[in-house]
Amino acid sequence: MRFLTSGRRHKAARPLLLLLSLFLVGAVYAAVSPATSSSAEGVADAQLVAAGKNLFAVNCASCHGLNAEGLAQQGAPNLTNVGAAAVDFQVRTRRMPMANPLTQAVPGSKTIFTDDEIKALAAYVASLGNGPAIPDQNQYDPSNVSAEGAARGGDLFRTNCSACHNFKGAGGALPNGVVAPRIENTPPEQVWEALRTGPGQMPVFAAGAIPDQDVQKVIAYIKQVNAAPSAGLSLGGLGPVAEGFWAWVAGIGSLVLFAIWIATRGTRA
Amino acid sequence: MAKPAELSPASPAMEVRTPPKDPGPSKLAGPATWVDERIGLAKLMSNIRKVFPDHWSFLLGEIALYSFVILLLTGVFLTIWFKPSMAEVDYAGSYELLRHVRMSEAFSSTLSISFDIRGGLLVRQIHHWSAMLFVAAMTVHMLRVFFTGAFRKPRELNWLIGVGLLSIGLVEGFAGYSLPDDLLSGTGLRFVDGLIRSIPLIGTWAEFFVFAGEFPGTLVIPRLYMVHILLVPGLLLGLISAHMALLVYHKHTHWPAPGRTNHNIQGYPFFPIYVAKAGGFFFIVFGITILMGALIQINPVWLYGPYNPSQVTAGSQPDWYMGFVEGAIRIIPNWEWHVLGTTWSWNIFLPGVALMGLLFTALAVYPFIEAWITGDKSEHHLLDRPRNAPNRTAFGVAGMAAYGMLWLAGGNDIIATQFQVSLNNVTYFMRVAVFVVPVLAFIVTKRICLSLQRADKDRVLHGSETNIIVRSPDGGYSEAHVPISQGEAYSLTRHPQLDALPPNGEKLGRTRQRLSRWYADGQVPTPTVEEIEAAAHHSDAPALEGSDTAESGVSH
Ligand code: HEC
Ligand code: HEC
Ligand code: HEM
Repeated sequence: MRFLTSGRRHKAARPLLLLLSLFLVGAVYAAVSPATSSSAEGVADAQLVAAGKNLFAVNCASCHGLNAEGLAQQGAPNLTNVGAAAVDFQVRTRRMPMANPLTQAVPGSKTIFTDDEIKALAAYVASLGNGPAIPDQNQYDPSNVSAEGAARGGDLFRTNCSACHNFKGAGGALPNGVVAPRIENTPPEQVWEALRTGPGQMPVFAAGAIPDQDVQKVIAYIKQVNAAPSAGLSLGGLGPVAEGFWAWVAGIGSLVLFAIWIATRGTRA
Repeated sequence: MAKPAELSPASPAMEVRTPPKDPGPSKLAGPATWVDERIGLAKLMSNIRKVFPDHWSFLLGEIALYSFVILLLTGVFLTIWFKPSMAEVDYAGSYELLRHVRMSEAFSSTLSISFDIRGGLLVRQIHHWSAMLFVAAMTVHMLRVFFTGAFRKPRELNWLIGVGLLSIGLVEGFAGYSLPDDLLSGTGLRFVDGLIRSIPLIGTWAEFFVFAGEFPGTLVIPRLYMVHILLVPGLLLGLISAHMALLVYHKHTHWPAPGRTNHNIQGYPFFPIYVAKAGGFFFIVFGITILMGALIQINPVWLYGPYNPSQVTAGSQPDWYMGFVEGAIRIIPNWEWHVLGTTWSWNIFLPGVALMGLLFTALAVYPFIEAWITGDKSEHHLLDRPRNAPNRTAFGVAGMAAYGMLWLAGGNDIIATQFQVSLNNVTYFMRVAVFVVPVLAFIVTKRICLSLQRADKDRVLHGSETNIIVRSPDGGYSEAHVPISQGEAYSLTRHPQLDALPPNGEKLGRTRQRLSRWYADGQVPTPTVEEIEAAAHHSDAPALEGSDTAESGVSH
C-alpha cells in the first residue's frame, strides 16, 4: 500500500493517470458504481456529479485543474482515483480548499460547504475513477465494540499509529515541518477515511491490512483511552518531557522558594 | 568512645539502680543513661551542637537527602508487589483497555500496583516524582557548590563523592525507569543497548554480557531489579553517609560577613534550631512530593502499553536527567565507519558513551584543574560570590548552556509540535547552538561578573544610590549617595584577589603560566584603604559624584 500512495504522487505517473482517467470517464462511466446503478438513482447521480463538477470548477480547479488532473505548479495532486472518502475527509476537516498550497493542509475548525455540497463534490470526484466511497455508519461506528475489542484496538493503535500520532493520539512531529495531528477528537467517520485514503504523509491502511471491524476497534480505543480518567493533571499526554518540565518548575521551583522562606525566618538562638 | 560515662553529667549509676525512689526525672534520664553507658550518647550529643550557617542555598542538598528518604520509603512499598519477571502473562487485571493483552509479569504487576492495590498508584507517582526531584536537587546542589567555590581545599573529596552520587543517581533512575517494562522503558533499554553496542571492539560482547544474550532476553529486568533495589541504593546510602560525615568533619562553609572568617563558623546550633528548621523542611519536601504525586500524573504506563519491540510511539523520551544524551544522539550527524565488515557507530558512541564520560570526568577534575591554574594551596571556608570568580562562573554557565541546548534537542519533536516549527530546522539550529551558545554564555557571563565587581567597588567607595535626583547650582543633575554600613563594606571587600602565578620560568610550564595569567586577568581590584579614605573625604559632596557620567546625565 505504501507504493500505491507514493506511486500516485510520482510525477511520471501523472500523464499515465490522466490518460487512464480520460479513458475511465469517457468509456466506462456507467461502470463506476455498479452496485448503485438502478436507473432512477443513475439520473440523481448524474445530477449530483454535474453539481459537484460546477462546485469543483469554482473552488478547487485553480489548484487541482478543471478535470481534477492535478497541477504540478500548485503541488496539488491528481484526484482521479482518490475516491469520495478522500474528498469527504479533506473537505469536512476543512483541509480543502487549501489556503496556502506550500504548506501541509491544516485542518480548520469548520468546513465551508454544506453536507449536500460535500456530497456533490465527492460524487464528482468518485465519478472520475476508483477510490474508497464514503463509509456507511456500520463501517466505522465503534459503539458495538466490546471491552476486549477496545483492548485489541489499543494493540493495533500502538502497532500502527502511535509512532506518528503518540501513544494516546496527542500528535507528533514528522520530518520537514510535517505534523501528525492530534486525533483524540476526530469523528469516527474521518478516522476511517483517514485510514483508507492516507492524507498527506500518512500511509494508506487498506482493508486488507486493517479490516473495518479492526478500524472500529482502533476508534473505540482512541475514544475510550481519552475518556478514561487520568491520575491527576495529564500534562497534555506528551510524556517525559512535560514531566521533567514540571519536576523542575513546580517541584524544584517551589522547594527553592520554601528554602528561601525558611532561611529568612530568623531565630534567636 | 573510651570514657563515655565520664562525659555524661547525668549518669550517677545509683539513679539507674533505684528508679522507684525518684520517678520524676529518671523517666527520661534512665533510658538516656542506659543508652549512654552502652554507646556513648553524650559524646554524640556534643556533635549535636554543631553550628550550621543559614542560607537558602545550603538547603538544596537537603532536598536531595529528603527525596532519597522518600524514595526508600515508597520504594519498599513498591517491592512488596512488584514482580521482576519477564515471563509472559495474559493480563486479567482491572484496567479494561489492556485486558487479555500479552505482557511481562513486570508490566502486569506494575498495572496491578496502579489499579488493584490500594494507594498503589499514589505511591508509584510519589516514587517517580521524588526520583525526578532527587536528581534535580542533586544537580542544583552541585551547581551551588560549584558557583560558590565550595569544592576548594579541603573539600575536594566531598566534591568527588558528590559527582559519584550524581552519576549513580542517574543509573538508579534509569534502572527504575526500565523496571515496569512498558513501551517507553523498553524503548529506553533498547537505546542503552545501542549505546553498549556502539562501544568499539567490545560492544557486542558487552551487550551479551549485560543482557545474557541478545536484546531483550529474559534476564535484564531481574538484573536491573537487583541493581535498582540493592546494589545502587546500597552504594548511595554508603556514599551519602560518607558525604555527611565529611560535612561534619570539615564543617560547613559560610558567606563572608563581619565576624565570619576562614577560621570560624557562624550559624545556628544543629540542636535545637537547625533540627527544627531542617525537620520542618523535611516535611515540606515530603508534602510537596506527595502533592505532586496526588495531583500530577507521571509515567502513565497503562497508556504506553507493554513493551513490544515492533512498537514505538511519538514522544518517546527518557526522564529528564537522561535527556541530554538523548538530545546529543538526536542531533549528531550520521557518522559511521564500515571497515572490513565491522561497523563503527561514532554517531552513537560519541554522543552517548563519550558524552557521559566527558561530563562526569569534567566535573570530577574541575577542582584540581582550577587549583592547578591558580596555584592556590590554601584552605577555603569562606565562599566566593560567583561574580568574584568570573572565569569559574562563566565556565559553569557555559556548561549549563551546553547541557541546556542538548536538553532542548532531546525534546526537538515536542518543540516542533508545540511551537509549530519544522523538526529539521530545530535539529539544524541545535547542531550550531550547542557549540555557539556556550561560547556566548561564557563571554556574557564574564562581562556581567566584571561589571558586578565594578558595581561593588562603586558601592564601597561611593555608597548606595538614594533614588534622589539633585540639581546642582550650575544646572546639572545627579543622584545623591549615602555611605553603606561598615559591615556591608567588609563583606564586599573580603574576597581574596586572584594573582597570576609568579613567572618563575622553567618550573611552571608555559601553558600553566598563561592560563593563570588569563584566569586572574580583568578582575576589579578591591579598593585599597587609601581609596576608601579618599572617597570618604570626597563624600562631603556626594551629590556631584558621577554628574559627568552618562547614567546620571539627565541634565538641561
Ligand atoms: C490552494 C490549492 C488547493 C485548492 C484550492 C484545493 N486543493 Fe485539494 N489539495 C491541494 C494540495 C497541495 C493537496 C496535497 C495536500 C497534502 O499532501 O497534504 C491537495 C490534496 C487534496 C486531496 C487529497 C488527495 C489524496 O491524495 O488523498 C483531495 C481529495 C483534495 N485536495 C480535494 C480538494 C477539493 C475537493 C477542493 C475544493 C473544494 C480542493 N482540493 C481545493 C491543493 C488545493
Ligand atoms: C507515518 C506516520 C503516520 C502513521 C503511521 C499514521 N498517521 Fe495518521 N496522520 C499522519 C499525518 C502526517 C496526518 C496529517 C495529514 C495531512 O497532512 O493532512 C495524519 C492524519 C490523521 C488523521 C486526521 C486527523 C484530523 O483530525 O484531521 C487521522 C484521524 C489519523 N491520521 C489517524 C491515524 C490512525 C488511526 C493511524 C493508525 C492506524 C494513523 N493515523 C497512522 C501520519 C500518520
Ligand atoms: C533505594 C530504594 C528504592 C527502592 C526500594 C525502589 C524500588 C522501586 C521499585 C520496586 C520500582 C518498580 C515499581 C514501579 O515502577 O512502580 C521502582 C520504580 C522506579 N524507581 Fe525506584 N526504588 C528506590 C530508589 C529509587 C531512586 C533513588 C530512584 C531515582 C534516582 C528511583 C527511581 C525509580 C523510577 C524512575 C521508577 C519507575 C517508576 C514508575 O513506574 O513510574 N528509585 N523503584
